[in-house]
Amino acid sequence: MAETMKLEIFRYHPEKDNEPTFQTYEVPFLEDWVILDAINYIKDEIDGTLSYRWSCQMGVCGSCGMMINGVPKLSCAVFLKDYYPDKIRVEPLTGFPVERDLIFQMDDFMTKLTEIQPYIIRNKDEEKPLDEGEYLQTPAELARFKPYSMCINCMLCYAACPVYALDSTFIGPAAIALGQRYNMDSRDHGRDARQELIASHEGIWECTFVGECSAVCPKDVDPAAAIQRAKVSSTIDWFKDVLIPWGKKK
Amino acid sequence: MITNHDIVMIGGGGAGLRAAIAIAETNPNLSIAVVSKVYPMRSHTVAAEGGAAAVIKDNDSLENHIHDTIAGGDWMCDQDAVEYFVNEAPREMIQMEHWGCPWSREPDGTVAVRPFGGMNIERTWFAADKTGFHMLHTLFQTSLKHNNITRYDEWFATKILVENGRCQGVTAIELRSGKIEVIAGKATIMCTGGAGRIFPFTTNGAIKTGDGMAMAYRAGVPLKDMEFIQYHPTGLPGTGILITEAARGEGGIMLNKDGYRYLQDYDLGKPLDIDDPSHPVKKSMELGPRDRLSQAFVAEREKERTIPSSYGHVVHLDIRHLGEKKIDKKLPFVRELSKNYAGIDPVYEPIPVRPVVHYMMGGIDTDINGATSLPGLYAAGECACVSINGANRLGSNSLTELLVFGARTGKAAARFALEVPHPDKNSLELQTADEQKRITRNFFRKGRGTERIFSLRKEMNETMETSAGIYRSGKSLKETCDKIKELKDRFVNIDLEDKSLNFNTELTSALELEFMLDVAEAIAYSALKRTESRGSHQRSDFPERDDENFLKHSMAYQTNTKPHIDYKDVIITKWPPGERVYGKEK
Ligand SMILES: Cc1cc2nc3c(=O)[nH]c(=O)nc-3n(C[C@H](O)[C@H](O)[C@H](O)COP(=O)(O)OP(=O)(O)OC[C@H]3O[C@@H](n4cnc5c(N)ncnc54)[C@H](O)[C@@H]3O)c2cc1C
Ligand code: SF4
Ligand code: FES
Repeated sequence: MAETMKLEIFRYHPEKDNEPTFQTYEVPFLEDWVILDAINYIKDEIDGTLSYRWSCQMGVCGSCGMMINGVPKLSCAVFLKDYYPDKIRVEPLTGFPVERDLIFQMDDFMTKLTEIQPYIIRNKDEEKPLDEGEYLQTPAELARFKPYSMCINCMLCYAACPVYALDSTFIGPAAIALGQRYNMDSRDHGRDARQELIASHEGIWECTFVGECSAVCPKDVDPAAAIQRAKVSSTIDWFKDVLIPWGKKK
Repeated sequence: MITNHDIVMIGGGGAGLRAAIAIAETNPNLSIAVVSKVYPMRSHTVAAEGGAAAVIKDNDSLENHIHDTIAGGDWMCDQDAVEYFVNEAPREMIQMEHWGCPWSREPDGTVAVRPFGGMNIERTWFAADKTGFHMLHTLFQTSLKHNNITRYDEWFATKILVENGRCQGVTAIELRSGKIEVIAGKATIMCTGGAGRIFPFTTNGAIKTGDGMAMAYRAGVPLKDMEFIQYHPTGLPGTGILITEAARGEGGIMLNKDGYRYLQDYDLGKPLDIDDPSHPVKKSMELGPRDRLSQAFVAEREKERTIPSSYGHVVHLDIRHLGEKKIDKKLPFVRELSKNYAGIDPVYEPIPVRPVVHYMMGGIDTDINGATSLPGLYAAGECACVSINGANRLGSNSLTELLVFGARTGKAAARFALEVPHPDKNSLELQTADEQKRITRNFFRKGRGTERIFSLRKEMNETMETSAGIYRSGKSLKETCDKIKELKDRFVNIDLEDKSLNFNTELTSALELEFMLDVAEAIAYSALKRTESRGSHQRSDFPERDDENFLKHSMAYQTNTKPHIDYKDVIITKWPPGERVYGKEK
């Protein structure tokens, strides 16, 4: 083995540990290895008890989010060489309960995702039968919501979010972005239903738009912009509802 | 504990979710379970890039799509299934559109289509180059609408439960707690995807380990056409990450070490200049079928015209002439992946590629309704073999297959579930206790041997690549059959360091390896017995296609010793076997 590198990995096993510890492993340093390769090497060759999630190895399944030196990253998309020769610290994404080692619980997000109604809602009388073909949508209409549809649910934005860290009832960046993804889709009529949920959450008003979520997002979803937009439209809705009730859309 | 459902889906990828939604829509009173070893949106459908085929444009016809599929499959497809598939495909794709899938569009707002290998006309719908990702998320998000779908996220199925002659569900490990439970269903649908991980270089994610195929095989259901394994001609060396065929559909060219478009030497037509408005020509050169392109790579390699790299030999896929603007619009993910994982920007440099294992044409034998020979057990998606893919799948037919046969199988399973009595609770509980004992005995008993998962997996990968790869021979296949037997014997001595219950991923890796060894055995024996060359199955010792003896599906049955290989006729309706012609005017 020529050059090597050290990884300091967060270990926690609820069946036997009272509190987490860090364990240091030495791995070969290869120019083209991502951090996930090094972790797989540890699992295969050094320590079969290390637990973590991964699958696609190409930054699209969203499984492998971890804190790398304190920053949320997809471990299959960051290279050892960017840290060499320093030791790399690997921890589970912050802000979530830890299941074991690098695995965190994401039940909370799954509930929130369901609540936001992330699917096309059509007005009853405006359903187009399949036989009549597709709904027309111009490239410009597609472009309006496309960035929000790129979310891989990797949870990096939650790990970076200062509001979620303090108040886990906050619906959070990705769920809001996905709500907006449908709100802005020319085929959808469900905005009012979703908007109510988004606005009813305290968290959205706490958001200071520092944009940590957008900064860490590996898919350029820009959830901060989605939150901003949601807040603005909620304010407008409130304005229309309360001050000029006759001005309410539809 | 037993949880009862009407229909249980094993797998939450494209096929499993489409089936679940189809059932939920047909009958909101049915109780539906979706069991998946990863959160559904992590399923490997997420990685599909290029697109999904369906006839929609006026210049195309159903007959064309049928013919391309059958010829592409070297006449091993069941033609009744292909006809149904092609007829239903447009409707399913429009359904996806109505559910919100962000298909790329023409300026007038209609859905856009692109050319794909082996297709005579552009008919591949796409969502830029993240089609599978968008389809999976659209299906998953749409499934959240239905509250009669219960999800078992991060539950790992280990065994099919058979009682009274029918499948009554599965045993599964809840990864979080490590406990084994019965998930009982009047009907069960396997939607567990492919098994590319049996091979060392693959586009398949870590979860594609053939679990469902192996579970069915162990339950006495035959695995069909397992020798047909698709190598995709353009994977990145080392990681195996896929560079989608859409790169060639948009005009990308393949070059050897001399910068020569070598495909012209392999009966795939004559190259047109890249500036010629007719380039790329459909079903010709770079848009030939995948089996032929991967075989051409091996021949080039033998002529020493490939390029050495630290991960074996490569050729170049060049898309520079498309220009930055088009690459960013149509192939943004190709650029992202090449930059991140090959260290090159395809706007300025050609992409190094090599053939990598991509897709399993074979799988659990089903009829056109997705039903297997075991009553109550169904299969759909990549783990099933209906078969529409024959000896070589055409790119972009698989995503559509998930929809068409996911939906049809779901409905058929729902009809079955309405007719049968409730599961036999007591005996299912007994069987689960047995399964628990088997796992404890096999993996947690003290004083087990010293074999490591990693070494066995590596040896399996190596033997499969050497002998069951792009070219095969009787001699090397026999060696592989013996090697797999040896690995299975050694598997008994596997030792796990992790003896705990909570999220024991070492245990799941071991179970996956055990599944893969069973599937590898079926592949190697089916390949050994097929003494002809057809589609993706090329025997150096039997280079010709032999319709007289082998226009038949291989059917592998598990026995206590080596698998028994039987045959079943291919269903030919209107399209008699002919020659596969590429690169020539019709
Ligand atoms: C990189 C790549 C690109 C591709 N591009 C295209 C393309 O452009 N066009 C095209 O048509 N096809 C393409 N394909 C092929 C196509 O994507 C796959 O064949 C298809 O997505 C398989 O879908 P599936 O639903 O059958 O399985 P998957 O999506 O793989 O899902 C399998 C499911 O089964 C579950 N599962 C497996 N085992 C167990 C178990 N033991 N217990 C519980 N759950 C289990 C998994 O958790 C998962 O939910 C591509 C494939 C790859 C790898
Ligand atoms: S918005 Fe970005 S960071 Fe957040 S979950 Fe989606 S992809 Fe990940
Ligand atoms: S392993 Fe899929 S995103 Fe990293």
